[in-house]
Amino acid sequence: MDTNRRNFLKVAGISTLATLGGTVVVERLVTGSNLAHASAPGGHAAEGAAHAPAHEAAQDPSVNRYGMVIDIRKFQQDPSLGEKVVNACHTTHNVPKFPDKKDEIKWIWMTHFENAFPEQPNIYRDTATGTHQLPILCNHCDQPPCVRACPTKATFRNKDGIVMMDYHRCIGCRFCMAACPYGSRSFNWRDPEAFVKDPNYVYPRRMRGVVEKCNFCDERVGSGKLPACVEACSDSKAIVFGNLNDPNSEIRKILKEHHTIQRNPALGTLPSVFYIV
Amino acid sequence: MYDSGKIIPGLIVFVLLITIPIWYNRGGAVSEPPKPVLPKDAKTCVLPAAEIRANHMKLLNVWRDEVLRDGDRSTFEIEGKRYQKSLMMTCMKCHTSKKQFCDTCHTYASVKPYCWDCHIAPVE
Amino acid sequence: MFEKALKGNNYYWMWLAFLGFFIAIAVVCYLRQYFYGLGLTGMNRDISWGIYISQFTFLVGVAAGGVMLVLPYYIHNYKAFGRITILGEFLAIASLLMCLMFIMADLGQPLRGLNVLLYPTPGSMLFWDMCVLWGYLILNALCGWVILTAERKQVHPPKWIYFFVYLSIPFAFSIHTVTAMLYCGLPGRHFWLSAIIAPRFLASAFAAGPALIVVMALILKRVANFDAGKEAINKMVTIIIYAAIANMFFVCLEFFVGFYSNIPGHKHTLEYLFFGVEHHGHVYNNLVPFMWGFVALFFVGIALISHPYTRKQSDLWLGIGCASIFVAFWLDKGIGFVLGGFVPTPTHEIVEYYPTLNEVFITIGVWATGFFILTILYKIAIGVEHEIEA
Repeated sequence: MDTNRRNFLKVAGISTLATLGGTVVVERLVTGSNLAHASAPGGHAAEGAAHAPAHEAAQDPSVNRYGMVIDIRKFQQDPSLGEKVVNACHTTHNVPKFPDKKDEIKWIWMTHFENAFPEQPNIYRDTATGTHQLPILCNHCDQPPCVRACPTKATFRNKDGIVMMDYHRCIGCRFCMAACPYGSRSFNWRDPEAFVKDPNYVYPRRMRGVVEKCNFCDERVGSGKLPACVEACSDSKAIVFGNLNDPNSEIRKILKEHHTIQRNPALGTLPSVFYIV
Repeated sequence: MYDSGKIIPGLIVFVLLITIPIWYNRGGAVSEPPKPVLPKDAKTCVLPAAEIRANHMKLLNVWRDEVLRDGDRSTFEIEGKRYQKSLMMTCMKCHTSKKQFCDTCHTYASVKPYCWDCHIAPVE
Repeated sequence: MFEKALKGNNYYWMWLAFLGFFIAIAVVCYLRQYFYGLGLTGMNRDISWGIYISQFTFLVGVAAGGVMLVLPYYIHNYKAFGRITILGEFLAIASLLMCLMFIMADLGQPLRGLNVLLYPTPGSMLFWDMCVLWGYLILNALCGWVILTAERKQVHPPKWIYFFVYLSIPFAFSIHTVTAMLYCGLPGRHFWLSAIIAPRFLASAFAAGPALIVVMALILKRVANFDAGKEAINKMVTIIIYAAIANMFFVCLEFFVGFYSNIPGHKHTLEYLFFGVEHHGHVYNNLVPFMWGFVALFFVGIALISHPYTRKQSDLWLGIGCASIFVAFWLDKGIGFVLGGFVPTPTHEIVEYYPTLNEVFITIGVWATGFFILTILYKIAIGVEHEIEA
């Protein structure tokens, strides 16, 4: 091939620019999309946790990762705890009560073991587990499929590991509801204003047309309080809340001492809610 | 003029429609400038009066994004007292009546902010 | 060229008025829904997507089907499709507009729709869905219009348009792949969590889209004196047959995986759809007639359109056969696939979905709007054809 020096320099120059520019662009896109998922090392930890077993890589003590341990045995011993816990949450957060089950909104609710853990069917279940109910709520996963799905980042994982909802940005597409493997999310099918009795003035209601779910009481936790459901059963310690990344926290002590299970662990969502059976 | 029977009435209707903003609300309750009732026990707002009047919408959005999305609940100080970045726990603590404060200007300007779709207005 | 749509015979105006009637009803119904909320539909916490999104999913496929005319003509120089690529492109425009309308109808806060652009999230498949849908819409509008204008002026289309034509071909495949990816990447819905969803979507799209085009072409032959040509129709019917058989093959594979492995995740939904399931003493089977309707219509349609008598002589039975295939795949994808994915719920309960009348009328109204737009566009296309023939 016959080519002169000028053409050779042109081609070489453009290829160098393309390679350098290309790598910068790709890197920007990659880090950009990481920022889109999680605003904190939660994102990087997620990359590591995908390969490492358990939560080795997610244990970064400098970052909070809030979690919860629910003791099913205590809810079996005292069945009235369930109602206390649900009421505490729903009154604190102005969750409406609709007469039609179709419009139902719930952030935390009591259900049977076979519904909470459908991936563990057991036709010879023990009587206690089979009859009593346990509370289920949003698991605030480390790798939440709902956050991946949201087209506007209206649901996002904040720096404390809580999966939050930004009601101002939500367009109501309900893709997150389809993505959640645990059925934790509810939608405002109509205006909730008339269905909130005894409103709590320091926390807003939601408008119709947005998705809502448990937010681990981020507004209470941010001011140093415990979530409402934890406080409602604080004497029996049926629910314990704390920082999973702090190796000296109470929740980590309980996790070391008791055998715990999680909901549908095979899906790789790495939930932050553990259940003592 | 050809078709003047259609054009002249048409022009009159057009002029009436186009000037609706000028004559539709004349002499009504909102023809005078609004008089919001100011709080008696506080001298200054979180920003100087002219600035807060012009920018309170943006300020509330900034507060919302900082508190909700960044988790930054840091407080700020005015005349020795600490305040939170919150509509309900800061603004509404001094401006206690939505009807006598917020609505006076908003009705005059025909603005319908959607704050109150969610944030619960104080009982009047 | 729009003036071509303003002149028509009485049947044309009566057809538009008939569609306009349903559009007017839908507008009223949508206003009711806009002011009350989506609670006016039959959707609930457990079935959070209903017939709006199911129609959207099906119509993305119909829009993608137009590529089965563009690809042979522009890439493989199959001259017989020359007169009808415009039908495919205009069908894509009408289908995509219907898709966008269904999405707007389904949003809880439609006025915030721009948030998807203001806060782009490349990790979300819904973001990419919006990108490719708009991209394909603009491509089809651009290519269809420019090429039609060139035909009207009886000159070759400008060279630069071919870049967009070739671009629209991978776009067509991508719109339906991305829509499939909305579903097949969700870890919680076992019925959708399968690699074969995207191929299944494409196969059913390439059968349903051309089936509708054939029906349209046969109707146009009757009412608008526009003959697509025996060879073109024959080739399209061949494509439909192969694509439809591919789709049914994929469905059978789904059955195999579900029932042979006996793993509940895949099996339960297929059981609910085709046989009904019994749960806590109650039998849930409201979609069973639709699914067997889909199977029956498929066999009827395939038999009709592959029979030599129909292929050679009978336009009527060919039209009925193609319509049968179209309705079959509408039942398969719209009713079976989307609604089935929510059963059983993530907490293994069974909730059945029934659309409300308001919802149904909005759906009919959006379909009517699509056909309205399609009629106008086809009137323009045929007007130009007649003009250059004269």
